[in-house]
Amino acid sequence: MATTAQSAASLAAKQNHETVIEIQDVHKYYELGETRVHALRGVSVSIARAEFVAIMGSSGSGKSTFMNILGCLDKPSAGRYLLEGVEVSKLTKKELATIRNHKIGFVFQGFNLLSRTTALENVELPTLYARINKSEGEKRSREALALVGLADRMEHFPSQLSGGQQQRVAIARALVNRPSILLADEPTGNLDSRTSVEIMDIFQKLNDEGLTIVLVTHEPDIANFAKRSIQFRDGKIRRDEAVQNRPRAAEVIKTLPTLED
Amino acid sequence: MDLLAIIRIAMRALSRNKMRSILTMLGIIIGVGAVIAMLGVGQGARQTMQEQIQAMGSNMLFVGAGTVTRSGMHMGWGSTKSLVYDDMLAILRECPAAHAAAPGSSSNGQVVFGNDNWATRLNGTEPQYFDIRNWPFQEGSGFTQDDVIMAANVAAIGETVRKNLFGATDPIGQTLRINNLPFRVTGVLAPKGTSAAMSDDQDDIILIPLTTLQKKVTGQPWLRWIMVSAISREASYAAQKQITLLLRDRHHIRPGADDDFFVRNLADMADVADEAGRVMTLLLASIASVSLIVGGIGIMNIMLVSVTERTREIGLRMAIGATEANVQQQFLIEAVVLSLMGGTIGILFGLGASYVITQTLGWPVLVSPIVIVIAVLFSMAVGVFFGFYPARKAAQLDPIEALRYE
Ligand SMILES: Nc1ncnc2c1ncn2[C@@H]1O[C@H](COP(=O)(O)OP(=O)(O)OP(=O)(O)O)[C@@H](O)[C@H]1O
Ligand SMILES: [Mg+2]
Repeated sequence: MATTAQSAASLAAKQNHETVIEIQDVHKYYELGETRVHALRGVSVSIARAEFVAIMGSSGSGKSTFMNILGCLDKPSAGRYLLEGVEVSKLTKKELATIRNHKIGFVFQGFNLLSRTTALENVELPTLYARINKSEGEKRSREALALVGLADRMEHFPSQLSGGQQQRVAIARALVNRPSILLADEPTGNLDSRTSVEIMDIFQKLNDEGLTIVLVTHEPDIANFAKRSIQFRDGKIRRDEAVQNRPRAAEVIKTLPTLED
Repeated sequence: MDLLAIIRIAMRALSRNKMRSILTMLGIIIGVGAVIAMLGVGQGARQTMQEQIQAMGSNMLFVGAGTVTRSGMHMGWGSTKSLVYDDMLAILRECPAAHAAAPGSSSNGQVVFGNDNWATRLNGTEPQYFDIRNWPFQEGSGFTQDDVIMAANVAAIGETVRKNLFGATDPIGQTLRINNLPFRVTGVLAPKGTSAAMSDDQDDIILIPLTTLQKKVTGQPWLRWIMVSAISREASYAAQKQITLLLRDRHHIRPGADDDFFVRNLADMADVADEAGRVMTLLLASIASVSLIVGGIGIMNIMLVSVTERTREIGLRMAIGATEANVQQQFLIEAVVLSLMGGTIGILFGLGASYVITQTLGWPVLVSPIVIVIAVLFSMAVGVFFGFYPARKAAQLDPIEALRYE
C-alpha cells in the first residue's frame, strides 16, 4: 500500500533528519545488443531537505539518466537509492506511481506536453491521479499557471505556444500537486535570459518555502542561482561544491533590460 | 482516482478522434442492430405461429397417414396407404374423448377460370371440417352432406384463389375448371393469412367434397388425414391416446412396431412450431451476432492502434503518477464507451429496422425489453472483452521507455 510506504517514509525521514535523497554507488547500463553503454559509473550523493542543487555537465554525461532515477522513473542497474529513507527498488509499481504523483514534480527535458490538450488540461493532469476533486484541481492548475506567468494562455494548445511557454506549462504541471521535491531537466533550456531568471526567481522562492530542487542546466549563470552545484563527467561526479556568492534572482531581474526595450 | 474522472479522460480521448470513434462504433451499431432486428423477427414469428395455432381451435387433433420419427419429422407423410374412412367412423364410435371428425385427402389442383390459371392445393373433405377448423365463410357457404353423398362438383375456395382467379368478379355461383372438371363455387373462406407454423399460405386452397375428390380426381379410397375435435381442451390428450390405441389395433400394429399414422394435438403442434421458431430465432440471432464479433474486433484493432499511437501519452501519464490500474481502466473504459454508445445507437437502428420489416412484410416484429437490456449488457461485454488486451498492453508499458518512444 502506498500509505504504508509513505508512513514508513516519513518515519525514516524523521530518524534521518534532513536527508531526502540518498544515492549510493549507483550504476546504470544500457544494453544495446553487443555493446553496453555505461551511462552512470558509481554515483554517490546525498541531498538534504530544502536544498537547491544544480547539475552541470557536458552532453551525454548522464545527467538525464541520473534525474530519471531520482524521479523514480528508472531503476539503477546497481547501487542503492533511498528516498526519504525508503529503498526505492523495494517499492511496488503502484507505490512508485503514488510517489511520482504526490512527492515528486518532474520537468522533462522535452516538455512532454499532450498535444490537442489545452495548457490548463495539461497542468490538471497530475491532479486527476491524485485524490483531489475536479474544482480544486482546476483551481490549483490555474494558480500554477499564473505562477509561471501564463494566466492568459490557459486555453491555448501546445502548438499555439512558444517553446518557452510550453516549458513553463511543464513547470506548472510539475508544481500542481505541491510536491516536496522538484526535479527539472533543463527547465530553462529554451528560454531567453530574462525569462530564465524569472523562472529561477520562482524556484528560489519555492525553495525558500522548503521545496527541495534538483535542476539540470548547461548554463553556469543559471547554476549560480542554486545553493550547490554538482558537475558530471562520463557518468561520474567530478565536482560537488557549494555555490559562492549566490545571487537572488529577484535582484538580478531588476538589472536586466525588459524584452520590450 | 474515481470512475467519473476516468470516464472524463476516456471521453476526452475519444472526442479528439471523432471520425475514427464513429467508424469504430459502426461495427457495433450494425451488429447490435442486426441482432435486435433478427430477434424481433424471430419473436414476432413465434408469436404469430402461436396465435394461428390457437385460432385453429384449441381442442383440435390432427391424425395423419404416415410415420413420425423421434425428431418429429413426418416420414412418407400422405403416401402411406393406411388411413381409411372407417378409421374415422371408428374414432367417432369408440373414442369417448372425440367429439367430431372430418376426413380428408389432398391432391394438386390446376384451376382455370376464363383466361386465368392457378395451381393450388385441392382438399377433399366433409362439411364438418369448417366447424372443426373454426373457419367461417366471408361469402356464400360450404358444401353440404348431400353434395358429399352425390359426389357433387362444388367447391369452396380460399381467399388467395379468389383473388387470383376472380379479381373483382363475384365468384359465388361461377363455374371454374379443376383438372378439367367443371365445379360450381359455393363460398369463399375468410382469409387466415400465411401460417408461420406451416410456412405456407393457408388461403391458397380449394375444398371439395371428399367423395368427389376420391372418385373423380385421385381415384383412390385412402385418406390422407382426419381432423378430430376433442370434447374439451383438456380431453385432447385423452383423445390422442384413445385414437392411437384404436388405430394401432385397427391397423394390426404389433407392440413395439412403429405406427403407420401420427396423431398431433394442438399443444404438440404449438410446441413443435415454437421449437421451430426458437431454432429459427437462434439461427438468425447467431448469424447477426457474427457481425457483433466483427464489430468487437474492430474496437480491439482501433484500441491497439490507439495504444501504439499514444505511447508517449501513456508514458507521460505514468510518469506523473498514473498507476497501471489507472491506465488500464482508461483504455478499458474507452473501449466500453465505444461499444456502449455503438450498442445504444444499434438498438435504435435495430428498432427502426424492425419497424421497416413490420411495415414491408406485414409480419409483426416483437422486440422485448429484455432483449434491449441484454443488448446493452452484451455490447458492454464486447467492449470489456475486446478492450482488455489493448488496455493491458497499455498498462504494462514502462514509463521511461514509453516517454522515449518516437
Ligand atoms: N535508453 C537509452 N539506451 C541507450 N543508451 C542511452 C539511453 N538513454 C541514454 N543513453 C546513453 O546514456 C548516456 C547518458 O545519457 P543522458 O541522456 O543521461 O545524457 P545527458 O547528460 O542528459 O545529456 P544532454 O545534456 O544531452 O541531455 C549517453 O551516452 C546516452 O547515449
Ligand atoms: Mg539530458
